[in-house]
Amino acid sequence: MATRRFSERTHEIPPKASIRRGPTTDEEVFGEAFNGQVVGRFIKYVAVYRKLLFVAIAAVLVFTVSSITFPLIVKSVYDEALSEGAPDRSRLAMLVIVFLVAVGFNFIANFFQELIVGRVAERILFDMRRAMYLHLQRISLSFMDKTEIGKLMSRLQGDVAALQEFVETAVFAIGDLVLLVGIIGAMVWLDWRLGLMTLAVLPTLLIVRIIWLPFARRAFLRARVTSSIVSGALAENINGVRVVQGMSREYVNYDLFDIRASDNLRAANLASKLGVMMLPIVDTLTGAAMAIVVVMGGFFVLGGTIETGVMVAFVLFVQRFFDPIRSLTMHYNVLQRAMASGERIFEVIDVPVDIKDKPNAIVLEDIDGSIEFENVTFGYFPDQPILKDISFKVKPGETVALVGPTGSGKTSTTALLHRFYDVWEGSVKVGGHDVRDVTLDSLGKQVAMVLQEPFLFSGTIFENIKYAKDDATREGIVEAARAVGAHEFIMKLPDGYETELEQRGGNLSLGQRQLISFARAIVADAKILILDEATASIDSYTEMLIQQALHRLLEGRTGMVIAHRLATIRSADRIIVLQDGRIIETGHHDELMELGGLYAHLYSMNYASFDDIPDELIQRATQAAQESAT
Amino acid sequence: MYVRITRMALHYRWRLAIGLVAIFFAAGFQLAIPILIGNAVDTANNLFGDADARAKDALVLTAILLFAVSVGRGFSAMVQNYMGESIGQHIGYELRMLYYEKLQRLSFSYHAGVHTGDLITRGILDVEGVRMFVQTALLRSVFLVVLIGTGMYLMLTKDLQLGLISLSFVPFVAWRATVARLRLRSNWYSLQEKLSSLTKVMDENLGGIRVVRAFASQKHEMMKFDGASNEALSLANIQVGIRATNISLMSLAFMLAMAAVLWVGGLRVIDGEMTAGGLTQFLAFMSILLQPVRQIGMMVNGYARGAASGGRLFSVLDLEPDIQDKPGAKDLEITEGVLEFHNVSFGYEGEHTLNGVSFKVQPGHTVGIVGPPGSGKSTIAHLVPRFYDPVDGYITIDGQDLRDIKLESLRRAVGVVEQDTFLFTASVEHNVAYGDPWAPDDRVELASQYAQLGDYIERLPGGYDTMVGERGVSLSGGQRQRLSIARSIMLKPRLIVFDDSTAAIDAATEQRIRAALAELTKDRATIIISHRLSSLMHADEILFIDEGKIVERGTHDELLALGGHYNDLYELQIRPSEDSHPLDDEGGAS
Repeated sequence: MATRRFSERTHEIPPKASIRRGPTTDEEVFGEAFNGQVVGRFIKYVAVYRKLLFVAIAAVLVFTVSSITFPLIVKSVYDEALSEGAPDRSRLAMLVIVFLVAVGFNFIANFFQELIVGRVAERILFDMRRAMYLHLQRISLSFMDKTEIGKLMSRLQGDVAALQEFVETAVFAIGDLVLLVGIIGAMVWLDWRLGLMTLAVLPTLLIVRIIWLPFARRAFLRARVTSSIVSGALAENINGVRVVQGMSREYVNYDLFDIRASDNLRAANLASKLGVMMLPIVDTLTGAAMAIVVVMGGFFVLGGTIETGVMVAFVLFVQRFFDPIRSLTMHYNVLQRAMASGERIFEVIDVPVDIKDKPNAIVLEDIDGSIEFENVTFGYFPDQPILKDISFKVKPGETVALVGPTGSGKTSTTALLHRFYDVWEGSVKVGGHDVRDVTLDSLGKQVAMVLQEPFLFSGTIFENIKYAKDDATREGIVEAARAVGAHEFIMKLPDGYETELEQRGGNLSLGQRQLISFARAIVADAKILILDEATASIDSYTEMLIQQALHRLLEGRTGMVIAHRLATIRSADRIIVLQDGRIIETGHHDELMELGGLYAHLYSMNYASFDDIPDELIQRATQAAQESAT
Repeated sequence: MYVRITRMALHYRWRLAIGLVAIFFAAGFQLAIPILIGNAVDTANNLFGDADARAKDALVLTAILLFAVSVGRGFSAMVQNYMGESIGQHIGYELRMLYYEKLQRLSFSYHAGVHTGDLITRGILDVEGVRMFVQTALLRSVFLVVLIGTGMYLMLTKDLQLGLISLSFVPFVAWRATVARLRLRSNWYSLQEKLSSLTKVMDENLGGIRVVRAFASQKHEMMKFDGASNEALSLANIQVGIRATNISLMSLAFMLAMAAVLWVGGLRVIDGEMTAGGLTQFLAFMSILLQPVRQIGMMVNGYARGAASGGRLFSVLDLEPDIQDKPGAKDLEITEGVLEFHNVSFGYEGEHTLNGVSFKVQPGHTVGIVGPPGSGKSTIAHLVPRFYDPVDGYITIDGQDLRDIKLESLRRAVGVVEQDTFLFTASVEHNVAYGDPWAPDDRVELASQYAQLGDYIERLPGGYDTMVGERGVSLSGGQRQRLSIARSIMLKPRLIVFDDSTAAIDAATEQRIRAALAELTKDRATIIISHRLSSLMHADEILFIDEGKIVERGTHDELLALGGHYNDLYELQIRPSEDSHPLDDEGGAS
């Protein structure tokens, strides 16, 4: 095993680490053992299965009652059939039959309680995960932008699993409670004096629990937090394994991981210690209760106050009596974890969906593909508008290039067209309809988007091009691939269109991924196309293909291109130059050059992309443009 | 599988020994309880015909013993459980470390073929599965065997017939347990696989959320999710079914045995062949076994899950990285720093991406490599730090074959700047210093300045402490690549390979980076792989690669004069109507 310690490197100070040791704010959400709000919310998900759960609870009750019956039947056997004076065979036979009937009920109830509880727990688990996932599909991108995927995944997986445990335990805990009450009732009913004496040990248990609880709670939480830190460290290392190996950081990382894993080991160990501590306490009390039954019960029997059967039943009950108490203790940990997890899940579900369909939203169909921005003001943070009072129109079929320095508002403009966000003021119209008046789904079908960094899913190339267009034919897909010039390289791959892509399309070059994403946009067949051109330069061969593909892509569509390539910019029907959230120039390349404004100045600087022009040069160009304007 | 896990448990000999001793005590105490209760019942019934006072004394004595035995049982149960959990946690820790270490060493070819979501699931859920198995199933099953075994002995010696009847449930339970374990194991295995693919679906959806939104494909995505989710759900349902059938059948067998004891024992008490206390002992013994029998059902599940999870974990742990140190490998010794490819070929399954490539890079020299996509350029970059081994030919640094050198010394000497930059969720400083975590701050700053990132970092709200990565400030493609360059030069590599690592950086900034690095690389061998000619036209030698072969080689001018592929590419890249060359504004720094 690769163990090497920092000390061997004679370093006293810790290394610059990418994995933090302490909990993040996210993990500090400490759970209460009982949080009314969480429970209340949770009940809504459970309520869906209320019929099944009623059956389950009925089964739990039958099971519990039949479990309590057994010692009672045994008692009757002793007292009625085996009593010294008058043994009675037929009575014994009858009682054994009653016992068998109880066994039958017990069996059926046991089967159904296990089956229904288990299945309902699984369903609820899957339902909650689905609800969270569905919600993540709807909430605005500004939330998603700020959130780490790994953290969301841990909620979708770990926290949901913790709740599943909770559902299962909760139902059985109800059974335990019923059993407890049942046993207490049965004991008091059999002989109230002996019953109360036996129960005298309960307050002691209660006091011990109250002292024990805060310690245990802290220990269990610590174990959970350290465990989630370990998971995070593992995930990050897996994702960045190439860098780790390329930089030979294995040993340092191993040691860092060891620190975290050891922390977790210690925390888990402490939690175990606290957990098992309850065992001798409960058993001591069981012993005390049994001793009371034997001495007092025995005296009573000797004195003829009670019959032997009652004493036997008591002994059997005392054995059972502490089982539910013990398992309720064990459940405490699960319960607490569930509350923390529930909170984390509802936190996600509670993120408001600020972008949603109006009640009577229109379904966009057969629009002409025109775009209009009317006095649009928008930003991500209050008081920091990115777009300031922007107005422009794009005619159907026209291609408009958005140009401007970084931060000028190009991306925001396209995002508004797709209604990723809502405008502060003014309106954005597609085909003459305000985007807020139409359904998001139909808007998405009319406006396609090609992102700067192409994102491909696992699966075959075919599936990736087809993507959400379920009615696309094989011919249509091949045709789209041909149109963007991807067909040739796809056919060279070992399995052609059926080639499985590695994660994120790792087995394709950036340019090839770009072409696939173009083909995907063609298949989607939208009236309007938003294209965020890649800033990264792509090899000249693919670059040529991409330029040709761009023309194909934009044919017969309205195009809005965040353009970086000068070739793309020049071939656009119209160029809109943005700066600081305002449109400062607009027109065709030649017109703008003639105008001699910012565009002309930037263009003459000969940068491969407008985005990479250093700030000071832009300022100089702006000044120059202003001077030449006056 | 169980053997392997048990063997791991044997490392904790002392804990195991103490745990086993505790098990015997716990079982002993547990079994003493019914005997004492039986005595008490008989005493109370005054069967011994003792005087009332002596009977009372006997009862008090039994009660004290009963109490003592219960306390003893509690403490031994505590020790037993604690040892079980402790061993489980240690094994979990050990497996985590082994898994982590193995993943770090498995070569690129392995990582390219697996989904990260799958690896993470194994590292978290499957480690947990094995831990739970050790913790709750392994020691406890010993306890059960001891408990039932000793109980069997006691009961059979006490009364053979009634003992046999009491224990009649054992073979049935054993048979059910075996059947259920096998069924559950294969079910767990498929379930873990399905959960992995569900993870994959969710992870990709969240990673590509903009695509999902852009295509308004929520419905499609929900279908994908539901597909994966429902498959997992139906497997989970089957599992619940097996468990429910199993647990209830086991209890049924047990309760039927108890009914039989009641009948037969009752008859014998009536016939005077047995005392009421004797029968109570049998019944109390059985009621002690009730809980363990219910636990068998859960343990069977633990066994099944342990085997499935162990299988998934060990399948990774047993992999041998195809790239590792030879026995007797030496540290790389650099005298000059000459890198040489000797007739190197590389490829998979007969298809070669590189074919007999030979070239040499002298210290202080730069070799540029250019060629169409898929020509094998990046393969060269991956071969130098030995991310892969050539299938034919060999590579040397100062005459030492890479395969004879210790990997760590090689990778410390070779800096590869990759095209895709992975950022760790950490501060800028920690990201830059990733390869040299003890570097002083001024070196971090210097490296950032070389990479033309210093000014930008200083303008960030937290400077070098600003968090980047998934949750931090998002950097543009160009900025990420500059960070990657800074990260690589922190290592002060003796050889530097730029693998298309300036594609997102504009030409002017790139020139400034090169100018800054000129001092650093003046006595080092440098390879620049790029499709942008301006990045490599000043190289001492340029190799044009096509379909894995070097088709043209020479300086920029020589290749232009040749009028071949390189010249075509050059023509292609010069903007048709441009009068000035991109390099000219920066004064053609080289």
